[in-house]
Amino acid sequence: MIENALEIRHITKTFGPVVANRDVSMDIRKGEILSVLGENGSGKTTLMNMIAGIYYPDSGQIFVNGKEAAIRSPGDAFALGIGMIHQHFKLVDVFTAAENIVLGLKEGKKFDMKGAVEKIRAICDRYGFDITPDQKVYDMTVSQKQTLEIVKVLYRGADILILDEPTAVLTPQETDRLFQVMREMKADGKSVVIITHKLHEVLAVSDRVAILRKGEYVDTVETKDATELSLTEMMVGKKVTLDIDRPVVKNKKLRLAVEKVSCVNKEGVTVLDDVSFEAFGGEILGIAGISGSGQKELLEAIAGLQLVGEQSSITFMDPENGDEPVPLVGQNPRKIKELGIHLSFVPEDRLGMGLVGSMGMTDNMMLKSYEDGKSFFIERKAPKALAEEIKEDLEVVTPGINTPVRRLSGGNVQKVLVGREIAAAPAVLMTAYAVRGLDINTSYAIYRLLNEQKEKGVAVIYVGEDLDVLVELCDRILVLCGGKVSGIVSGATKEEVGLLMTKVGGKDPAEGGMTE
Amino acid sequence: MLNNLIAWLIRAIPFGTIILYGSMGETLTEKSGNLNLGVPGIMYLGGYAGYLCGYLYENHAANPNAFVCVLLALLAAFAASALGGLIFSFLTITLRANQNVTGLALTTFGMGVANFGGKFLLNESGYSSAPFSNAAFAYKILPGADSTGIFGKIFLSYGFLVYMAIIMAVILHFVLNRTRVGLNLRAVGENPATADAAGIHVTLYKYLATCIGAGISGLGGLYYILDYNNGIWNTSDQIEALGWLAVALVIFTTWRPLNGIWGAYLFGVLYWLYQYLPNLLGITISTYAIDLVQMIPYMVTIVVLIVVSLHKKRENQPPASLGIAYFREER
Repeated sequence: MIENALEIRHITKTFGPVVANRDVSMDIRKGEILSVLGENGSGKTTLMNMIAGIYYPDSGQIFVNGKEAAIRSPGDAFALGIGMIHQHFKLVDVFTAAENIVLGLKEGKKFDMKGAVEKIRAICDRYGFDITPDQKVYDMTVSQKQTLEIVKVLYRGADILILDEPTAVLTPQETDRLFQVMREMKADGKSVVIITHKLHEVLAVSDRVAILRKGEYVDTVETKDATELSLTEMMVGKKVTLDIDRPVVKNKKLRLAVEKVSCVNKEGVTVLDDVSFEAFGGEILGIAGISGSGQKELLEAIAGLQLVGEQSSITFMDPENGDEPVPLVGQNPRKIKELGIHLSFVPEDRLGMGLVGSMGMTDNMMLKSYEDGKSFFIERKAPKALAEEIKEDLEVVTPGINTPVRRLSGGNVQKVLVGREIAAAPAVLMTAYAVRGLDINTSYAIYRLLNEQKEKGVAVIYVGEDLDVLVELCDRILVLCGGKVSGIVSGATKEEVGLLMTKVGGKDPAEGGMTE
Repeated sequence: MLNNLIAWLIRAIPFGTIILYGSMGETLTEKSGNLNLGVPGIMYLGGYAGYLCGYLYENHAANPNAFVCVLLALLAAFAASALGGLIFSFLTITLRANQNVTGLALTTFGMGVANFGGKFLLNESGYSSAPFSNAAFAYKILPGADSTGIFGKIFLSYGFLVYMAIIMAVILHFVLNRTRVGLNLRAVGENPATADAAGIHVTLYKYLATCIGAGISGLGGLYYILDYNNGIWNTSDQIEALGWLAVALVIFTTWRPLNGIWGAYLFGVLYWLYQYLPNLLGITISTYAIDLVQMIPYMVTIVVLIVVSLHKKRENQPPASLGIAYFREER
């Protein structure tokens, strides 16, 4: 007989207007490894956060061991034997490993650090973890921090362990060790849930796979009956025909040549690894990839906002100057902007980059033009005219061009942002997540704008999330996986792009794909 | 020469005691991630409430008892200051108002309330005094103040609040570093999301630390009026300057109560340097320069800040989430 450790029934969770989970029902069995699979924004993490008590569902029920449970805080979750290891580690940097483990516990009357250390050692011996209890967290490697998180959950006696994309930060060897640990925990009768979008990991480690798509539950299948293709299909869904125009422009000219660009982030992790590609005027180059695969860093490297490795070269063919090649590496961002390379990055919170929420449209236009004009006073006429123009052309719904942009709806904010970059008549237009959170009509308005730019001979680089859109809108698609180019394709299907997103060049990451 | 040095220390230690209370309270508050810049206002509240209580007791009780007087004044000062902390907590934790603005407003508020209330005590005269309460607080509690010569003069000749401050600093150190509650509190100040995920009641910890911290800070104001200032209430603005010194002391001690003990006395020595050092060196110092010399504690704090920043030792940095409101479902 199959016993369920946890049952989820009709859970819905919204964040403002965004529905993160809609009517999700699924089970977690005792003594199994369950993969929760889905694309970015499919609501995997939100769903698991509700089990772990970080979020509280708007509606629906959760049953633990057959009894309905209201999990209002992580403390409630611990009491029910549920522990979650978050993607962003929940550790206090200035504390030791042992201090982090006992944090928030109420065992015994006396605060017994020595006893705790012994108990930690016992857990480490049992599963073969390598943790020094009195090491400070800021001295630990990423893999050690993750191990510490696992020990922390085990120390609390969790029966259900949820791991949120645990392998994203691990080397292949470390991943193998983690999987070994997961199997040992399963043999111990614990339920292990792993959130991931890496198909080969799903197939390698799990017993069953639950698939989510755009916040909704699709199905749960036995891993032994699944293949990469069948899972991809369930994950990305049936092909949706969007009827986005893709005008063909003749006379494409090389505008930007990126060669061997590498980049290391401040944690010392390689985020871009030997990336090379060319972008042509008169085409839209799509960039696809799981979020955090290096998209942001790549655009920032081109815009001069990101330090790149020594071998890296980025060359811009200046159309103002008879396609004279200009090296961009080492130039300052303002110079690059003056050359006509514009970046409009729409972050998750939209206002975070590019616009100032408490200023009106005019003032936000001015952020790009404040250096114009010779007078001591700022030049307001031109930006005001531009704001009026954008409002008319893009049908921005606002009470007036001086209304703080924070008060506009998300779509209108994005129109302002994208409109401003386009108005600068760029030679290269880079947009990231330009339609993030927009409704259909506004999205089409943005696609139309991008196509107009393309027909004018601008090289458009479009970083997107929705594969259906990428496939229809873009002339070519560059797929990033773990900071590497896993393929540049044209006329590919959604499934092909989806597979490239999880594997470099179709090869298994363990054979030399993934980065640290 | 020696007498001069002794007089300097006898001046510095009570002075240090005032700001030691202020800084201990603020350290506790900041360990929870709350930057309460209302310390001067809170010390005003504590000073005023304590004085008012002592004043009323000694003027209305038939046979005033020193112990009861001390107890009532302490409770009143602590409660009034904790109330200031509660206002700050409600605005910044529950309503998530900006901590800097709220703190500064609280400073103005506390000063205003104390000076307004003080008007009724002063009754048109320049000052009001509570001699009985002053005697109760300034009573030399340790034996041997007069019989042990210089040692007794420098170390044993103060009211009980001086010694209570030292004991409190040690207790605070112990609580913060050796107990579960302290560990949880520090986690809240460093990384509230982590503390929350570990099942710690972040809001409760922040509220309690801020209110108790404010209560402790307020005792500094009480000590200033009823002991240091000889039980005299007037409208001087001295407490405000002391409040800011207490905030500076928190930074100077790198958020460690034990450092506060010597740091507070050092601040006292530096603050009174203008009065005693010239005599010791046999020079005269122009009256214009007094304010400049009194800036030294702040200068020292800035130097400490620079040195600590250069060292980049993680343990010496302020609590990582200091000044930032926490909201669990933010994403």
